[in-house]
Amino acid sequence: MIRDITIGQHFPGSSLVHRFDPRLKLVLTIAYIAVLFAASNPLGLALSVLFLTAMYLVAQIPLKMIGRSLKPILPIILFTAVLNIFFVSGEGEPLFRWSFITIYAEGIRYAVIMGVRVAALIAGTSLLTYTTSPIVLTDAIEALLRPLSRLHFPVHELAMMMSIALRFIPTLIEETDKIMNAQKARGAMLDTGKLTERVKALVPVLIPLFISAFRRADELAMAMECRCYRGGEGRTRLKVLRCCGQDYIDLAFCIVCFGVILASRLLFPNY
Amino acid sequence: MAKIIQVEHLSYVYNPGMPGEVTALDDVSFAVEEGDFVGIIGATGSGKSTLIGHMNGLNRPTGGRIIIDGRDVWADPSKIRDFRFLTGLVFQYPEYQLFEETCYKDIAFGPKNMGLDEQEIDRRVHEAARFVGLDEALLSRSPFELSGGQKRRVAVAGVMAMEPRILVLDEPAAGLDPEGRDSILSAIKRYHKDTGTTVLLVSHSMEDIARYADKVLVMAQKKVAMYDTVEKVFARAEELLALGLSVPQVTKIFLKLRQMGIDLPADVYTIPYAVKQIVEAKARRDAGESLTLSRPAHPHEPAKGGADA
Amino acid sequence: MKETILQAENLRFRYDPDAAGYALDGVTVRVRRGEFVAVLGANGCGKSTLAKHFNAILLPEAGTVTVEGMDTADDAALYDIRQKVGMVFQNPDNQIVATVVEEDVAFALENLGVPTEEMRRRIDDAMKMTGIYELRLRAPHNLSGGQKQRVAIAGVVAMSPDCIVLDEATAMLDPRGREQVMQTIHRLNRDMGITVVAITHYMEEAAQADRVIVMSRGRIVMEGTPKEVFSRTEQVRALHLDVPQAAELRDELVKAGIPMPEGIIDPGACAQAIYELLK
Repeated sequence: MIRDITIGQHFPGSSLVHRFDPRLKLVLTIAYIAVLFAASNPLGLALSVLFLTAMYLVAQIPLKMIGRSLKPILPIILFTAVLNIFFVSGEGEPLFRWSFITIYAEGIRYAVIMGVRVAALIAGTSLLTYTTSPIVLTDAIEALLRPLSRLHFPVHELAMMMSIALRFIPTLIEETDKIMNAQKARGAMLDTGKLTERVKALVPVLIPLFISAFRRADELAMAMECRCYRGGEGRTRLKVLRCCGQDYIDLAFCIVCFGVILASRLLFPNY
Repeated sequence: MAKIIQVEHLSYVYNPGMPGEVTALDDVSFAVEEGDFVGIIGATGSGKSTLIGHMNGLNRPTGGRIIIDGRDVWADPSKIRDFRFLTGLVFQYPEYQLFEETCYKDIAFGPKNMGLDEQEIDRRVHEAARFVGLDEALLSRSPFELSGGQKRRVAVAGVMAMEPRILVLDEPAAGLDPEGRDSILSAIKRYHKDTGTTVLLVSHSMEDIARYADKVLVMAQKKVAMYDTVEKVFARAEELLALGLSVPQVTKIFLKLRQMGIDLPADVYTIPYAVKQIVEAKARRDAGESLTLSRPAHPHEPAKGGADA
Repeated sequence: MKETILQAENLRFRYDPDAAGYALDGVTVRVRRGEFVAVLGANGCGKSTLAKHFNAILLPEAGTVTVEGMDTADDAALYDIRQKVGMVFQNPDNQIVATVVEEDVAFALENLGVPTEEMRRRIDDAMKMTGIYELRLRAPHNLSGGQKQRVAIAGVVAMSPDCIVLDEATAMLDPRGREQVMQTIHRLNRDMGITVVAITHYMEEAAQADRVIVMSRGRIVMEGTPKEVFSRTEQVRALHLDVPQAAELRDELVKAGIPMPEGIIDPGACAQAIYELLK
């Protein structure tokens, strides 16, 4: 059933990772991605993976979740790995040669590094969404982008749109389910038939869904106006993000870890 | 008369074996005779909606079985579409399923899916429109230009046009004003009378059930709590109130009178019958007969529930 | 006599300026502070259009609407008016903005720029008053219809309004949800003195009001206490509205030649009158 799809997979919890200030968490996730690409030596990569594994353990997110988050992009990882194996030419003797295919040790090395790097990237960003609810993440994005509003960038509007979207996704999924059932009850073939037929069969689902979404938007806009909504200016917030001592300790710890990883690249570029 | 619906030990569990496991129906058994008009009542969460989803094979039982017109619905899953046409299902707020450019096309959607020819479809669309009291002129209009009550009638006609043997409606009058409600419910009653179709009507309004149904199925805590004729079910007014359901106001008045010690019947649920009973009682009283019960009916503070609290 | 809080004077309005008919065709109505007024009428009678004039969502084409002396046509008073008159709409899903209950309740206060500490206190009070405090951290889409409507009411109560207008707020709810909402509204009216205007087509809800206004075709056609209005059963039915069965039974008994007192609209009074007859 369509209702079973979970959006923005979030595992509520109270670990250190969960409680970490979402703004810092977001910034550090981006920093981690940068570190992954800067530390291209095997040792640096190994340390990065070690760091991430430690974070998963602290957050008490089952490690098998890493596998689950990698599954959809596995083909991409494999594809880039294969490209690297075949097209990276190294110095010295190739390991393998057959007709036009030549494989160098360098190629395999690159393939592995690339694969691990992309996997760590995905697992790292997944940890962010696993431990941060979409709402909190929206707040964090709004807080981080706020300086841009001086440049007339619509930060508040963007954040409001994101949070309304999050609010209405479950409602619209439920509605889709209802409409599908209603049309199935009139004999619509939504789960059988050829692909082209199925796409055609979606029309009786999509039209009512769009009409309903527009009606909802209309009514919501009116309800918001009634509650004195007038854009972001002069607005206060119920939840104010504030960093506490623990957040600074966590931040310092991460900076040290990232520093060690980068240092390994500089000190042992070949390992 | 033949039994058209046989529900045997039906159970349904959402997400079986998962953390979100919820039992929605628990060992439900009953049968409906062909041509009956059955009202289904029960609080939200009592399993009514899950139950009607089984009638046309949208839900698959996790236990027990359901037999429609002598055939086990899930005996051959590849034939499940037959049951979509055998049982016409009208969901709550069915106007949200309208999608075609004209009312005509929308009503024709079901019959078209049945693979009928143009002529037959045309006949059915006009007949269904006539049943719900939809003006011919409206058939060429877009359903989105119509009033709420008219849209509702187009949606109901869309299911009637499939000419199902059983018509199941989940609160067809929800959100309508009294006039719209009376118009849609009397259309359903007329359709029932003229075509002999078996009708199952889910409603929260006891007044509507009292007025239109012949039998009542009461669902409570995922089970069948009562299943009997209307007068026999409303005669158990105190039990219904204890289940958090309401009874028609006139039934409540008679319940109060019995609790005050007046000897009056309990199975009163329509005004004319109530008037008849009181007129007769008054005549007996005037003839010198005592109407006070030796032991008043058990005083039961009706649970402050229902539409007429 | 308490002061008038809402006032519509000879109000005329139509959605399409070229239309021949008016949605509101000369409506004059006054609501006093602390009153519970029900506006009853069939669909399309103009009752929702009237409601939307009370907090300046719609503006009159002719005539005036004032809220505590402020003209709704005055742009400068717009936010004062909207803060004084809170609206609750029909569809519970389409008026909840936030993904967490307490944040939705705070929405209006955030818009009004209320400081965070004061906001916390006011939303907690509002949630306790409407009986949803235990649900404050839940996601709105997991709540029942009655709970969602109470979230919407709490969001309005947090603004500390003088008046709440319910625009068919119970039409999409089951009997239990309807009762929860009506109980909440009556409590706010009784304990906090909030004026209530309830737009509805449920006779049962109107019967609990202090005053009932019946509308038809953009005009007010009946007005009075529930007793006064509902004992005129023929007239109410001619307007395609429901009559309490108690009043109907009383009428039919009178027709059958059985003497019954006037003004019976609820089962208790009806049973009592019949008891007097038969004891």
